[in-house]
Amino acid sequence: MQKKRATTGKKTRARKPARAPRKREVRDFTIRVCVGTGGLAAGSNEVIATFCKELEKKGIEIPVDRKCVDNTGCRGFCAKDVLVDIIQGDSLFTYQFVTPKMVPRIVEEHIINGRPVEEWLVGPDYHAFHSKQTKVLLEQCGQIDPEDIDAYIRVRGYEGARKALSLTPFEVIEEVKASGLRGRGGAGFPTGLKWELCSLAKGSPKYIICNADEGDPGAFMDRSIIEGNPHAVIEGMIIGGYAIGANQGYVYIRAEYPLAVKRLRIAIEQARQRGFLGKGIFGSDFDFDINIKEGAGAFICGEETALIASIEGKRGMPRSKPPFPVNKGLWGKPTVINNVETLANLPFIIIKGASWFSSIGSEKSKGTKVFALTGKVKNTGLIEVPMGITLREIIYDIGGGMEKGRKLKAVQTGGPSGGCIPASHIDMPVDYESLAGIGSMMGSGGMVVMDDTTCMVDMAKFFLSFTQRESCGKCVPCRIGTKRMLEILQRITEGRGRSDDIELLIELGTDIRLSSLCGLGQTAPNPVLSTIRFFREEYEAHINKGICPARVCKALRQYVVDIEVCKMCGKCMRVCPSGAITWQKKQPASIDKTKCIKCGACYDACPFNAIL
Amino acid sequence: MIEQRCKPILEKYYREDGSIISILQDVQEEFGYIPEEAVFWFSDKLNIPASNFYGVATFYAQFHLRPRGKNLITACCGTACHVKGADAIINRIREELAMPEGEDTTHDQKFTLEEVACVGACSIAPVVIINKKVYGKGTPDKISKILKEF
Repeated sequence: MQKKRATTGKKTRARKPARAPRKREVRDFTIRVCVGTGGLAAGSNEVIATFCKELEKKGIEIPVDRKCVDNTGCRGFCAKDVLVDIIQGDSLFTYQFVTPKMVPRIVEEHIINGRPVEEWLVGPDYHAFHSKQTKVLLEQCGQIDPEDIDAYIRVRGYEGARKALSLTPFEVIEEVKASGLRGRGGAGFPTGLKWELCSLAKGSPKYIICNADEGDPGAFMDRSIIEGNPHAVIEGMIIGGYAIGANQGYVYIRAEYPLAVKRLRIAIEQARQRGFLGKGIFGSDFDFDINIKEGAGAFICGEETALIASIEGKRGMPRSKPPFPVNKGLWGKPTVINNVETLANLPFIIIKGASWFSSIGSEKSKGTKVFALTGKVKNTGLIEVPMGITLREIIYDIGGGMEKGRKLKAVQTGGPSGGCIPASHIDMPVDYESLAGIGSMMGSGGMVVMDDTTCMVDMAKFFLSFTQRESCGKCVPCRIGTKRMLEILQRITEGRGRSDDIELLIELGTDIRLSSLCGLGQTAPNPVLSTIRFFREEYEAHINKGICPARVCKALRQYVVDIEVCKMCGKCMRVCPSGAITWQKKQPASIDKTKCIKCGACYDACPFNAIL
Repeated sequence: MIEQRCKPILEKYYREDGSIISILQDVQEEFGYIPEEAVFWFSDKLNIPASNFYGVATFYAQFHLRPRGKNLITACCGTACHVKGADAIINRIREELAMPEGEDTTHDQKFTLEEVACVGACSIAPVVIINKKVYGKGTPDKISKILKEF
């Protein structure tokens, strides 16, 4: 959306023609404040309250039937929250890091005197962050009120569902197949093919399930889509339900996302009132309704068969496939399970056509992908890019480069099921095949950037301890194998590694990958195997030399005082729990290595970074 | 007592198949945890073995079989938070609350500390949620200050 802009950070934007004209009031301004999880945490509610109070104080008339502030969903750039848009006619100004204290000045200078507060406006990095992206799904997130169905309808909402209902289910499936859309949840199975298999499967009723159990640590795409534009997901489910012949849909969503659950509930209720859900939707003879099932906190429930077990009220444990869910799914009936992002793509494919969709992306991976860009990069947030873009473009153009000018070491994709891509492969295209080829995976879209202060062994240990904890325990390779791998990593990071540990990890990892029952176990060794592949020397340094090159593994650190930097304050001595530090007034401190327990308390406490 | 508080939940779900998770979620909402008596009561009414309830309750991270503290602290240990120093924050919380590793509730039942995989607010990592209010970009010192407010 942010395409045309002037260099001052000010930009003009043609109003969407579909948007209803606002009544002209005393001051015809619209103030938009981001109220996503990021915004709320940064204090957007306080900012909204202050705006309302300040406007009232200044006697600026705000009609009672109109909120002085529109609620918008997440626009992805949470690192700069609270973000506030002030719109008048065609001009839009965006303020960053807004706090309640700044509000009076913004009201006074911008709203009353018409002079924006230049120094608080977003800088060029904000515009670069947005302009290098290709926004399809995120286009409306942050632009429309997610709790207002009319706001969605004004941007062609539910047009895709209407159009789909005017086609035959076969035609809908053919269109989706032609688009080349692949599942955005991880494995990348072609969506159209999945639908076709389910529509041909014998048995009724059939079900469609939206998988919103976004459990990968470091990923928040699905949460943002549901919070920002819940109706798009509902519309996608209607299209899918119609195509496969399902009259009932379920959204399996994490209970850890209360705001997303709330917005989805509101959206479903609104859709029912309009006759978009329920009996004979859109005046056709097709019945379709959606229920929400809240997950109870288990990563494994992102796996299809485990998710089904969980909806059935059982322990969320996977079973062996085949039979696949498209033949025997929920309650033993044919079931399609699609990820949130996959479903949100569907209205666009139906409205704009398969050829439009397949014109974006690379040869085998079509469309755009939303990533949660986090870690040691300047601009963190939610980004949407065409498939096939290079990591370099993502990190340096959109991400604005590395934080604190540090050196890029690796990028982790695919969460605990994926792997690390070393900096040397930065020009590799990001699509399903390329990522799989390098031992990682697309996954649901977490992308964590790491610099030279990240220890790869520690990172592998972090992911493995996650999958180990989340292993359901049904099959032996995953339950016991990951535990043994974790124990080995534990001893390597504590300086007790053995010379054959790397080989043992590779052997165990390969066996677990081949013999586990479900996706969780089959991918659990990936973070370890890929870091061994690209950063073997780091493992060797831990094992053979007893050092952690990134200085992360505490047990391998040697704490010493840099006498030249030490300001002789004595803070380190006071926090040391083992009495290893000696210090006297006007004397630099020193650490007794025999007494030091390597807890790191002095390192954290030193205000001058004099402890190395 | 148990009957009075569980009956509305039973009425809501007894028609549905596979409602064990929903029942347990509501029981927890009502009692703050899953009391043993409630499990046996439902097992009796629905003719489902109590072991099924126990199996589900212990499988999912959401359910707790013991009472929780008055204030719930949720510390995120997701990737982004881990990279940005969640460990130091958790250690500080444990220190402040005098709560050794392995325990999750203070003796006076004032606080419960919960470590979760990811709350999906990675761009403001490290994140701590106290009683549903999200505190982003935390540091150990900031957390100490926040905890003093309770």
